[in-house]
Amino acid sequence: MNVQKLLELADDELILGWRNSEWTGIAPLLEEDVAFSSIAQNEIGHARAWYELAARELGTTADELAFDRQPDEYRCSTLVQLRLVPDWARTIARHCVYERSDQARIEALKQSEDAEVAGLAAKIDREEAYHRMHAEMWSERLKDEPRFSAALEELEPLFDVRDEHVPEFAALWEEMTMVRRSVAGATW
Amino acid sequence: MIYEVFRQERKGQAFAHAGSVEAPNEEFAEAYAREQYGRRGESTALWIAPRDSLHEIEDFVDELGRNYHRVDGYPLKEKLGRARERAEAARAR
Repeated sequence: MNVQKLLELADDELILGWRNSEWTGIAPLLEEDVAFSSIAQNEIGHARAWYELAARELGTTADELAFDRQPDEYRCSTLVQLRLVPDWARTIARHCVYERSDQARIEALKQSEDAEVAGLAAKIDREEAYHRMHAEMWSERLKDEPRFSAALEELEPLFDVRDEHVPEFAALWEEMTMVRRSVAGATW
Repeated sequence: MIYEVFRQERKGQAFAHAGSVEAPNEEFAEAYAREQYGRRGESTALWIAPRDSLHEIEDFVDELGRNYHRVDGYPLKEKLGRARERAEAARAR
């Protein structure tokens, strides 16, 4: 598999996980806080798995790929870069758009000739099934809410847009890479 | 709406009350219960029930003080003491 495609995928999962985690502590209700934070954590776990594959190809490490690149080297979709806190309707709309588009991508990867890629895609898909269930359940609940429909319309075209970064990506990058920039090679 | 969640730790074991989740319907309740009581491999099964659907009984009347219905109704300490004394006496003979 093309390593740039792997990075796109890993960057999408990392940045979406990061954005979703911005709801931790302030989600609309406590139970949702736990559920949405857990989804965020899963996405970052998926990112790590994909980065590890890419890192082997590139002779580097997952941490270096995740945290030591310059902002313009990240290949994530515009969709995942947007900072949507504190707008829950748009957050759920992004969640739905992302899960639907990601499902098609994961399905294709499950058919990959690279057994390792196919295996990882199948494993991740089993966790994503739960994310999709969560997204669909919210979408069902918000479907008559005009703010939600408007957000879906606004966000749907953005999954495939990767040519440039939105302005708020800079602040995310600053914060996300802060530790690694102040202590080079920092690990837990 | 409040849903009560019961958790089975291992197959075949009794379910025990795990806690409760607040959710607008059963679908959400399931998702939230999975997250809070199932994602760390701590459960093999969950039961989820609306709190209103549970029938609670909390009035246990014992007007006549019939302590022989209770486990603490038969103090065994003194009986055991006497039995021990008899056993020792029998050994001494």
